[in-house]
Amino acid sequence: MAQVHLRNVVKKYGAVQVVHGIDLEIQDNEFVVLVGPSGCGKSTTLRMIAGLEAISEGEVSIGDRVVNDLPPRHRNISMVFQNYALYPHMTVRENLGFSLKIAKRPQAEIDKAVDEAAQILSLADYMDRKPGALSGGQRQRVAMGRAIVRHPEVFLFDEPLSNLDAKLRTQMRTEIKKLHQKVKSTIVYVTHDQVEAMTLADRIVIMRDGHIEQVGTPLDVFETPANTFVATFIGSPPMNLLPGTVSGDRLALTDGPVVPLPPQFAGNVAEGQEIILGLRADNLMPVGHTMPMEGAYAEFDMTVNLSEPLGTETLLFGSLAGREVQAKMLSPRPVKDGERLRFQLDLTRCHLFDAKTQQSLR
Amino acid sequence: MSRFRPPAWFVLLLPAIIILAAVVLVPLILSFYSSFTPYKLTRPETLYKWIGTFNYEKAMKSAHFWAAFGRTVLLLTIALNLEMLMGLGLALLVNKVTYGQRALRTIMMFPMMFSPVLVGFQFKFIFNDNVGLVNNALQSLGLTDRAIPWLVDGQLAFIAILTAEMWSATSVFAILILAGLFAVPRDPIEAAKVDGCTPWQSFRHITLPYVMPFIYIALAIRSLDVARAYDIVQIMTNGGPARRTELLWTLIGRTGYVDAKMGYANAMGYISIFLAIIFTVYFFRKLNAARSELGMAG
Ligand SMILES: Nc1ncnc2c1ncn2[C@@H]1O[C@H](COP(=O)(O)OP(=O)(O)O)[C@@H](O)[C@H]1O
Ligand SMILES: [Mg+2]
Repeated sequence: MAQVHLRNVVKKYGAVQVVHGIDLEIQDNEFVVLVGPSGCGKSTTLRMIAGLEAISEGEVSIGDRVVNDLPPRHRNISMVFQNYALYPHMTVRENLGFSLKIAKRPQAEIDKAVDEAAQILSLADYMDRKPGALSGGQRQRVAMGRAIVRHPEVFLFDEPLSNLDAKLRTQMRTEIKKLHQKVKSTIVYVTHDQVEAMTLADRIVIMRDGHIEQVGTPLDVFETPANTFVATFIGSPPMNLLPGTVSGDRLALTDGPVVPLPPQFAGNVAEGQEIILGLRADNLMPVGHTMPMEGAYAEFDMTVNLSEPLGTETLLFGSLAGREVQAKMLSPRPVKDGERLRFQLDLTRCHLFDAKTQQSLR
Repeated sequence: MSRFRPPAWFVLLLPAIIILAAVVLVPLILSFYSSFTPYKLTRPETLYKWIGTFNYEKAMKSAHFWAAFGRTVLLLTIALNLEMLMGLGLALLVNKVTYGQRALRTIMMFPMMFSPVLVGFQFKFIFNDNVGLVNNALQSLGLTDRAIPWLVDGQLAFIAILTAEMWSATSVFAILILAGLFAVPRDPIEAAKVDGCTPWQSFRHITLPYVMPFIYIALAIRSLDVARAYDIVQIMTNGGPARRTELLWTLIGRTGYVDAKMGYANAMGYISIFLAIIFTVYFFRKLNAARSELGMAG
C-alpha cells in the first residue's frame, strides 16, 4: 500500500522559494500527473518525493512513513529520468539488474526479474548492448525496465517522453498506460505536455509558479477549469477568453457583440461585474456546420482571417473585440480568408471567470 | 625529359623534417650506436670501435644495475599507488567544497610549480639528521631522543625520497582526477541513489568507472616521470650513501659523466627506456579499456 501525501511542502533555494506549500494526497495505485509550464516546480516537487532534493518545509510521506529524512534508497521508489540516466558502462542486462544486485538478491531471482522486465518492454534482443548502442526509444524502455524490476511502491517519472519524436511518444504513452494496468502501483508523472497529462492521468495536478492551480480528473479540469490559467493550459486549441461586463441577463463583450448570460451562471454574477467569457473552439461554429445545439445558444457575425483545414474539421481564426478567436467548422467547406460568417455559440458549454481574480464563477 | 620534382607536401614538410632529424633523430641514432661501442668521453677515438652487445651483456650481469632497476620499479610502484590514492582522496574532498574551490585548486597546484631540484633541496633539509624539521619535531614531541639518520640508512632514505616524490606529484593526480570528477554526469549518480546505492556504492559502481580513464592518464604520465627520476634523488642522496638509494638514472648519470663511460651508460639508458615504454603501453591499454567500458572509444 503506498499512498503519497504532501503536506504544505515548500522548496527554497537560498532565499528563492520555488515551491510554495503544496498539499496533495495521492491514493494507492493512482496515476497522478503533475503538469504545468516549464519552470513551475514540477521536477522539484517530484525530486523531493524521490529524496534527491531536500524538503525545506512541510512533510512528505510514502505509505505510512514520513520520509523527509530518509535517503532515496530507503523510500522504496523508482524514478525514470528525462534523459534516461542509464549507466553507460553497463550492458542493458546489467542496467536492469543493478538495483537488485545492490540489494544482494540471489542471482536466479535477478535473472528472473530482468528477463520478465525485458519481455514486458521487448528488450530481449538488446540485452548485451551498452546504452551507447541503443536508439532513443530503446534507451527509454531500458530506463522504464530498470524502474519496474524493483517492484517499488511508487514510480516517479520526470518527463520521460520529451526526448522522443512525436510518433514514438504516442506509442510509448500507450505503453506506459498498459504498464500501469499490468504492474499496479502508484505513479507520479511529470510532464509539460497537457495531451500527455490528459491521456495518462487518473488525476491531473496543474501547477504554476510553485502553486497548485487545480486538481481533478482529466474531464474535470477540461470541463470545469477553476481559473483562466487552467482553462487556457488544458485543451487544444486553447480556450478563447473574451472580456466583458454583466448587464441584466446579458453579457456585453468589450467592443463586441452582446450575448445572453449563460443560464448556469445566472445566480453567480452581479450587475455590472467585469467578467471573462471562456469558450472553446468546439463550441463556436459557423451556422450549418455545428453540432446539434440542445440548450441556449447565441449567434453573431465574425470575419475569418485564416483557416486551417484538418480533414474532418477546419480550424477558423477570426477576430472579435480586437482579440484572436479560434472556432471550428464541422463537415467543412472551403473558406476564403476575409470571409464573413455567422457563428453559433453554445452557451451551455461556456465558462465565466471573474476578471479580477481570474477564478471561475461556477 | 622532366627532372624529378618532389611532391609539394614533401617540400612543405621539409623544414620540419630537417629540424626533427637534427634534434631528435641524430642524437637518438648516435646514442644508440654508441651503446655498441666502448665510448669514453675522455677518449673520443673509442667511438669507432664496435664491440657488439658487450655493454648490454655487462649491464645484464651487473648487480648494481639490477639493484638500481629493482629500486626504480619499487619506487615506481609504491609512489604511483600512494599518489593515486592520495590524489583521489584529495580530489574527492576538493570536489565537495563549494566555496573557495577555485582558490583551493590553485593552491593544490603549488607543488607542481616547484622545480624538482628545489623540492630535492627542501626535503634534504627537512630530513637532515641534525637540523632537519622531521627530527626536530620528533625529538620535541619526545618520540625519540636520537637523531634518526633519514638520508643515510637505505630504507629510511627510500622513504624520504618517496615522501618528496609524493609531495611534488600527488597534485598531478588530484588535478587530473578532479577534472574527471567534473566530467561525471549527475543523472546516473542520482539514478544509482534511487536504485538503492549507499554513497560508497555509487562511488564504487558509477563515479569510479568515469574517473578511471583520468587515473590511467595520470599513471601513464607519472610512470614516465618516476622511471626517469633523477633530480630529487641526485640532490637528496646522490644515489648514496654507498649506492643505497641508487636509481636507474642516477646510476646512468654517474656512469656516463663521472666515470665517463658513455657507451655503457647509453646501453643502460636504452634498457631503462624500454622499461618506461612497457609501463606506458600498459597504462594506455588500461586507459583504452576503461574508455571503451564507458562507450567513449571511437
Ligand atoms: N538548484 C537550483 N537552484 C536554484 N533554482 C533552481 C534550482 N533548480 C531549479 N531551480 C528553479 O526552480 C524552479 C522550478 O524548477 P523545476 O522544478 O525544474 O521546473 P519544471 O520541472 O517544472 O520545469 C525554476 O524556476 C528553476 O529555475
Ligand atoms: Mg522539469
